[in-house]
Amino acid sequence: MTDFLNGLLRLRRGAWEMVATVLIALGVLMMMQPFALVIFSYSFGVTLIGTVAFVIVSHFPE
Amino acid sequence: MTFEPRHPVADPSQKQTFRHRLSGLSDRTIAWIFVAPSIALLLAINIFPLIWTIRLSLTNFRTNRPYAPVKWVGLQNYRDVLSDVGVWHSMLATAHFLFWTLFFQVLIGFTLAYLINKKFRGNDLWTTIIVLPMMLSPAVVGNFWTFLYQPQIGLFNYFIAFFTGIDPSSFSMIGDVSLAPWAIVIVDTWMWTPFVMLICLAGLRAIPESIYEAAECDRASRWRQFWTITIPMVLPFLMLAVLFRGIENFKMFDLVVQLTGGGPGDTTQLTSINLKREAFEKWHTGYASAYAVILFVTVFGLASIYVKALNKVKDR
Repeated sequence: MTDFLNGLLRLRRGAWEMVATVLIALGVLMMMQPFALVIFSYSFGVTLIGTVAFVIVSHFPE
Repeated sequence: MTFEPRHPVADPSQKQTFRHRLSGLSDRTIAWIFVAPSIALLLAINIFPLIWTIRLSLTNFRTNRPYAPVKWVGLQNYRDVLSDVGVWHSMLATAHFLFWTLFFQVLIGFTLAYLINKKFRGNDLWTTIIVLPMMLSPAVVGNFWTFLYQPQIGLFNYFIAFFTGIDPSSFSMIGDVSLAPWAIVIVDTWMWTPFVMLICLAGLRAIPESIYEAAECDRASRWRQFWTITIPMVLPFLMLAVLFRGIENFKMFDLVVQLTGGGPGDTTQLTSINLKREAFEKWHTGYASAYAVILFVTVFGLASIYVKALNKVKDR
């Protein structure tokens, strides 16, 4: 956990890629859930932020 | 008298200059010369339409009214798509289709590959027979499965009736709201399991026999060999098959249109079918463009994390 937080603070690729991956997965789950339309409405925003973040952080140092 | 050639011969010094100039190019420049046509083509047929679609998604443009004034609507199309119950239902239908087709194709495909990999008589013949459905056109497959699913004359209903004892004409696979989503899953699984099987077979055949021999020497059981040698070494191939099938099934169109046309109601209306109706039946071009951009970002995001996971597995 400490390594992960250090990675975030020092802008390391691994930690930030993890955050972006979680955001994308969360967005897709929100898009394909059968419970509430409101959650579906916010799904694209979450996926978009995750995807753009993934593209950016994949250029961070290891 | 001087002789003048009809076609002037190129000056050898000029030739040499050209050759010299060509050989003077750096490897990087030569690489760029070879790659440039591909990049130009990629920009023309992939990147330009993508940018154009993003532009259209921010307008109220309709293709059937090309001369009507186009109004800039900002993110309104995105808001409309993301608050549309029909789009939400299409996403749910796509999620059901995607999950179950991948589940069955991986399970059956890997099992078949494992069995085919064992040496037995007629091995090649069986491989050819199993691979046949994959070679057919989706339109043909959709058409003959429509006949197989017919409640009165369809062989599928008689097959089910034979094993369960229920009346074959008492149910319709493509006419029943609860059965239609499973009908398209069955057909896609039937058609594309051989593809997963072939990729898994390539993975299984790439495992060196010496590893199993070493495991035998260490008295590892068959079960242990399967979980510690076979599965980890086939995993990258399996993940590649899931990636290919996942992307293909996310945009599945032809097979389902031929089979159910998106019905009954909208139970099998996958996102691509819904998108096509918005774009080319209702002519909501701006709205459909926003819808397409949403699907693109979703697939792109999923594919990015999947490729990352694939690279991690390969590096192990």
